[in-house]
Amino acid sequence: MSERKPGWRELPRGAVSTKSSKDYKTGDWGITKPEFDRDKCTKCTLCHFYCPEGAISIGEEGHPSVDNDYCKGCGICAEECPVSCITMVITI
Amino acid sequence: MKKQILMGINGDESVAYATKQVNPDVVAAYPITPQTIIVEKYSEYVADGEVDTEFVAVESEHSALSSCVGAAAAGARAFTATASAGLALMWEILYIASGLRLPIVMAVANRALSGPLNIHSDHGDSMGARDSGWIQIYCENGQEVYDACLEAWRMGEHLDVQLPVMVCLDGFTLSHTMENVLTLQDEVVKAFVGEREFIEVEGHAGKTEFRLNPEVPLTMGPVDLQDYYFEHKLQQVEAMDHALNVIPEVDAAYEKISGRSYGLLHSYMMEDAEVALLGLGSTMGTVRYVVDELRKEGVKAGLVKMRVYRPFPSEALIEALGETPVLGVLDKAISFGSPGGPLFEDVVTTFFDEAERPLIADYIHGLGGRDASPKLLRGIFESLLEIKEKGNVSHKVNYVGVRTEVR
Repeated sequence: MSERKPGWRELPRGAVSTKSSKDYKTGDWGITKPEFDRDKCTKCTLCHFYCPEGAISIGEEGHPSVDNDYCKGCGICAEECPVSCITMVITI
Repeated sequence: MKKQILMGINGDESVAYATKQVNPDVVAAYPITPQTIIVEKYSEYVADGEVDTEFVAVESEHSALSSCVGAAAAGARAFTATASAGLALMWEILYIASGLRLPIVMAVANRALSGPLNIHSDHGDSMGARDSGWIQIYCENGQEVYDACLEAWRMGEHLDVQLPVMVCLDGFTLSHTMENVLTLQDEVVKAFVGEREFIEVEGHAGKTEFRLNPEVPLTMGPVDLQDYYFEHKLQQVEAMDHALNVIPEVDAAYEKISGRSYGLLHSYMMEDAEVALLGLGSTMGTVRYVVDELRKEGVKAGLVKMRVYRPFPSEALIEALGETPVLGVLDKAISFGSPGGPLFEDVVTTFFDEAERPLIADYIHGLGGRDASPKLLRGIFESLLEIKEKGNVSHKVNYVGVRTEVR
């Protein structure tokens, strides 16, 4: 986060967000990322619905994948997966 | 000046009547003594179809102000009223309303905070909220209450200000006391308050008016971390500074239609005053009576009534009192463990660097509705004359009208 941020005179009043949350990448907050075992996955999509960030999307074949720009590594997906096909892997 | 109608109404009714004439989009309020009449009266106006207001009968004051925040964010004019414990329950939302720059208007019928339980007037409730980022106006009488409840909208909604406004009226002394109040006609009020204006902001979806609108979405009040929060607080400081200029402008515009104006502060008999009292609210009416009495006796007494307490009118205060030899500050609240009452602290800070400044003493009085009688105030003036005689202040903070021992 080394870009120059605007000063108080420049920022819009009312503390409105100048960026969409999509522009605010939070992927570097966490220390773990999910890895999916495609052989065990039953394509139930529960991980997609449980993800608080909306970072897990379901591909055309029905398999989940994670967007690491936004995943904070909370591990809720791994906890909720009924067939334990998600492993949280330490990334640092 | 426009035609006016004389009404016999109490302070709470003055709030309700003025607000009826403003006809805000949303009123969300929870009744609490001594503010109850405002809510009762306003719900009658709603039931009788005299206003277009959406009245939200909420389950708590936290919800009352939260509803106002939501309504104001959506672009509505929103009003609420409370007192004492009700204001305390709003605490969290007070800072949200000002931090989100929502020009809500709220009447506070000043009442002591529990415990022990007391329903009568002092400034303990609103003084605690003095740092919450709201403009605070203290009223001396029913007329001032009515006038402030109209002016408040234009003060808070001014594009350079955009802050919520608290109109403070002493519980019972003003809220429940019937007085003659000159009221403007509905159409005159309507023209004076006009429509709410919006600043332009640039959000994530581009430039738009500062209100929630699905066409150009805005995010209000998201998490604001180490990298932005401080900047947003500076903007609130700037808005308070602007309010010091805007309030007299609004007051001048109001004078044109009503013949009444109050300024940031009001001086009485100050040209040659040697001893003066500075204070807020209804006590100042009694001080005026005592000043008149003392003047007849040859004592050069005067008073300065502070109408606008936040933003604090430091420059006006120095101008009004810089040459006065001795000043007594009337505080109607205790700030436990502090060097003095809240008003006293602000006044002393203001004068500290001034070459010419009065000797200043604090007189904490009237807690829990204890009467500030002419006799009591006369005693304070006598103590100020003593300070003048001696040339120094031996007791900086004095608790007056309170029993020590009776034997």
